[in-house]
Amino acid sequence: MIPGSFEYYAPRSLSDAVKYLSAHKDDVKILSGGQSLLPLMKMRLSKPGYILDIGRIPGLDSIAEEGNNLIIGALVTHNQIEDSELLKKNCPLLPQTATTIADVQVRNRGTIGGSIAHADPAGDWPPAIMALDAEIKVVGPRSERWVKCNDFFLGLLMSVLEPDEVVTALKVPVTGNDKTAYLKAAPRSSGFAVVGVAVRMAMEASGVCSQIALGITGVADKAYRANRVEQMLTGKKLDSKLIEDVATESTRNVDVIEDINGSSEYRAHLTHVYVARAIQAAMQS
Amino acid sequence: MTEMISITLRVNGSERTAAVEPRRSLVDFLRHDLGLVGTHVGCEHGVCGACTVMLDGRTVRSCLLFAAQADGSEVTTIEGIGTDEALHPLQVAFQQHHALQCGFCTPGMILAALELLRDNADPSDEEIRVGLSGNLCMCTGYVNIVRAVRAAARDGNVR
Repeated sequence: MIPGSFEYYAPRSLSDAVKYLSAHKDDVKILSGGQSLLPLMKMRLSKPGYILDIGRIPGLDSIAEEGNNLIIGALVTHNQIEDSELLKKNCPLLPQTATTIADVQVRNRGTIGGSIAHADPAGDWPPAIMALDAEIKVVGPRSERWVKCNDFFLGLLMSVLEPDEVVTALKVPVTGNDKTAYLKAAPRSSGFAVVGVAVRMAMEASGVCSQIALGITGVADKAYRANRVEQMLTGKKLDSKLIEDVATESTRNVDVIEDINGSSEYRAHLTHVYVARAIQAAMQS
Repeated sequence: MTEMISITLRVNGSERTAAVEPRRSLVDFLRHDLGLVGTHVGCEHGVCGACTVMLDGRTVRSCLLFAAQADGSEVTTIEGIGTDEALHPLQVAFQQHHALQCGFCTPGMILAALELLRDNADPSDEEIRVGLSGNLCMCTGYVNIVRAVRAAARDGNVR
């Protein structure tokens, strides 16, 4: 399996990268870890004439504290996130999510920026970063902008990224005492989420949930926040009956997909079960 | 014809320079250009793990990497960890515990197991299975593979 021919360019600076993107924007793909792009190119589902390898641009592969936020470079690998002591302490939802992605070889190469830009509707990062209200830094030829992740994903492999723009970083909050969990149902061979649920919640000593954010992946044409479930649980003292009852609202008004891994009815049921389990896992974290 | 790219990388300790087509995968570069056929080509799209090699000390699928991306890196293949005369302790353990039948998945399995044991010197059976979950065996299953990795961990000679 050999991809079509292309011109390869691996610039050492972001400005050179953006210039190249602008020059070839109708026929260029950005290569980061390549764990999604290479299979697509080998199967000739993607046949770009130009490949822009951003892997050699300095400064995009680190995790840094900035006030009450953490800035994660686009080239940071899933494995780096999984092992980061800084993130385990300050934003544990990200390592909790990273450890469930595919297998070791993919986690060693795949990057968070690439995964977000790819906008796979079964990707693990979209629900996690949505539950964190993260922001995505996007750089283009004329400007750079921060996009709220709730506005970033548009649908199947589609985002607000323009053809001459590149994702360079992610900004997530320090989550302090908040409780978090990421749980997914996935075939072991691929690790792709049939359903994945990310939770971030704040609990008062009395057991009342003062705030909760739920991101869900694998279920629709893009990841989404279960707003209705969040509203119904906020300010309530949580017990398993309430959680299980409210979890059934997590697919209301959602066009649940159907594929080889399950009918839409099965997937909706699985979503309810995993929403309840993920909330309970977060409470116990 | 697209322009060839010149790359230089260290493979099993030796510096190698070559001109490659941009679309040349690392595994095809290793096998066809360098003649290192110990790294196997299975599914060719990132599922089976047969093409697993070490890139700068971490396992990667060499079918999901262009050779150009490995320019300047250190690559270790199965040929780089043991010789016929002096097998690597994991190779000895695979032999002793019948952890292979056809041997097609074995180079990838051994490199994946090597990274696992470097990160975790005493893994549980579950941790071994998770650590090797990116490598498929189509012959017989994984019982003896897990047994061999466990034995190699117990012997404690894996570096």
